[in-house]
Amino acid sequence: MSLILDNISHIYSQGDAYEKKALDGVSLKIEDGEFIGIIGHTGSGKSTLIQHLNGLLKATEGNIYFNGQDIYDKDYDLRDLRMQVGMVFQYPEHQLFDETVFKDVCFGPRNQGLPEKDVTLRAYEALKNVGLDEKYYDVSPFELSGGQKRRAAIAGVIAMKPQVLVLDEPTAGLDPQGRDEILDMIAENHQRYGNTVILVSHSMEDVAKYVDRIIVMDDGRVRFDGEPKEVFRHYKELEEIGLAAPQVTYLMHDLKDAGYAVSCDATTVEEAKDEIMKMLGSR
Amino acid sequence: MSFIEAKDLVHEYIMRDEEGNVEGVQVALDHLDLNVEQGQFIAVLGHNGSGKSTFAKHLNALLVPSEGTLYVGGMDVSDESLTYDIRQTAGMVFQNPDNQIIASVIQEDVGFGPENIGVPTEDIWARVEKSLKAVGMWAYREHSPNKLSGGQKQRVAIAGVMAMEPKCIILDEPTAMLDPDGRKDVLAAVHELNKTKGVTIILITHYMEEVVDADYVYVMDKGKVVMEGNPTGIFSQVETLKEHHLDVPQITMLAHELKQEGLPLKDGILTREELIQEIDRICH
Repeated sequence: MSLILDNISHIYSQGDAYEKKALDGVSLKIEDGEFIGIIGHTGSGKSTLIQHLNGLLKATEGNIYFNGQDIYDKDYDLRDLRMQVGMVFQYPEHQLFDETVFKDVCFGPRNQGLPEKDVTLRAYEALKNVGLDEKYYDVSPFELSGGQKRRAAIAGVIAMKPQVLVLDEPTAGLDPQGRDEILDMIAENHQRYGNTVILVSHSMEDVAKYVDRIIVMDDGRVRFDGEPKEVFRHYKELEEIGLAAPQVTYLMHDLKDAGYAVSCDATTVEEAKDEIMKMLGSR
Repeated sequence: MSFIEAKDLVHEYIMRDEEGNVEGVQVALDHLDLNVEQGQFIAVLGHNGSGKSTFAKHLNALLVPSEGTLYVGGMDVSDESLTYDIRQTAGMVFQNPDNQIIASVIQEDVGFGPENIGVPTEDIWARVEKSLKAVGMWAYREHSPNKLSGGQKQRVAIAGVMAMEPKCIILDEPTAMLDPDGRKDVLAAVHELNKTKGVTIILITHYMEEVVDADYVYVMDKGKVVMEGNPTGIFSQVETLKEHHLDVPQITMLAHELKQEGLPLKDGILTREELIQEIDRICH
């Protein structure tokens, strides 16, 4: 069970003046249960890439295999793919539409053709998992605060129990606590269900803290792909493509340059703290 | 008198049902007191719903106080006859650049503001040039805004406000929708305006890193100012900030955690340089 992208290219407006190669020979293998971060400058191809994962965009060249099946095969059921690869777009609360939060969350599982009883159970479970209090279930989604709306919208996608959950900047516009709560919630759900999570983010600090693997996109290509500490070792190259390493990674490099015997692999506050304490302890 | 002076400022949103009967009252600003001197770079922090945007909208009379007073450049925002003068004194930049760009060519968009306030044509072009150069977008003057990145659009929006030559610019989460590069460029443009032109800046933000270089910081919660001080003073209170649903820059967090482990570091470390100096001090 996996998601394989084999040499994918995508060209927008092929043949006219606005022709643009947004993806250029991208090959990736995403295993079941991975927690992946995708980072890249605006226009690097991140959004184009994730829209291929559930067949919203069709590659100009190359193939995509989901659980061993070619999704471009004419007999392949794209509808089924979209049930299995759940997509949370930027500002997902703009897609809330129903009279009550609960009804809104029911929409997805009902569309999947589940019996009404299961639809209700799924909606309860999803709303509980995103940490939205029961008192909000029967109110209009438009009466919720920004962070609550975001949770309700994410619940609508996870209620479909997708095997792969893709989130495009799920914390944009939230305050620091709202941001931490949403990311903690996503990580908890990942632990609970072991589903694959793909997180597109602009925050190197968030990516370093939560994901196991980072894919760096640049100019339509995969520039780096690996564990956070491996990827952030290339901080100089990342800067050249408009990205950066987490602040603490820079600090570790500064310390090393100042003559301290530290490893520069720390990418989170916790790791940096441990490394500095270890260094001071050995003096 | 300070350039901006809010005293006992109250704003209530009144919610009505379909027949217009009052259903409830929500207090967004609750006896807020706040002063800003001319030429300062002020940051306002607060979680979603803390009242920061409501406050910002009072500064150029988009909203008027329910109670209390607010003076901007010596003008009372409650006095309707002064509304236009207030808006020329205090310009506003919002979160989403797409909502504030109206023309199909960048230089025309920037010229729209001054044209509206009756600036002579030659002066408009001079202002457009000056403003676009100040935000580093002069090279794009003949482009269409819809091909720009978010950061570039936001800089055009700032140039549009600048061209009105306000004494003060209020930016309400101007970088929330931008990537790290765009964020850096917008911040640099705003700091430049503050330093070289002496424009008073009020920056409302969720990004703690953007606050580090401000002159003074106000933290709002439940419509009140709950903390104020310089960035070092504010960020030395990690626990209090957390209570107000806020955060500190990552380096400050690391210094705080190291302190909890028993290292004798000073409070309110904001930059890598400061933290390294402190580690040097401990080791030698």
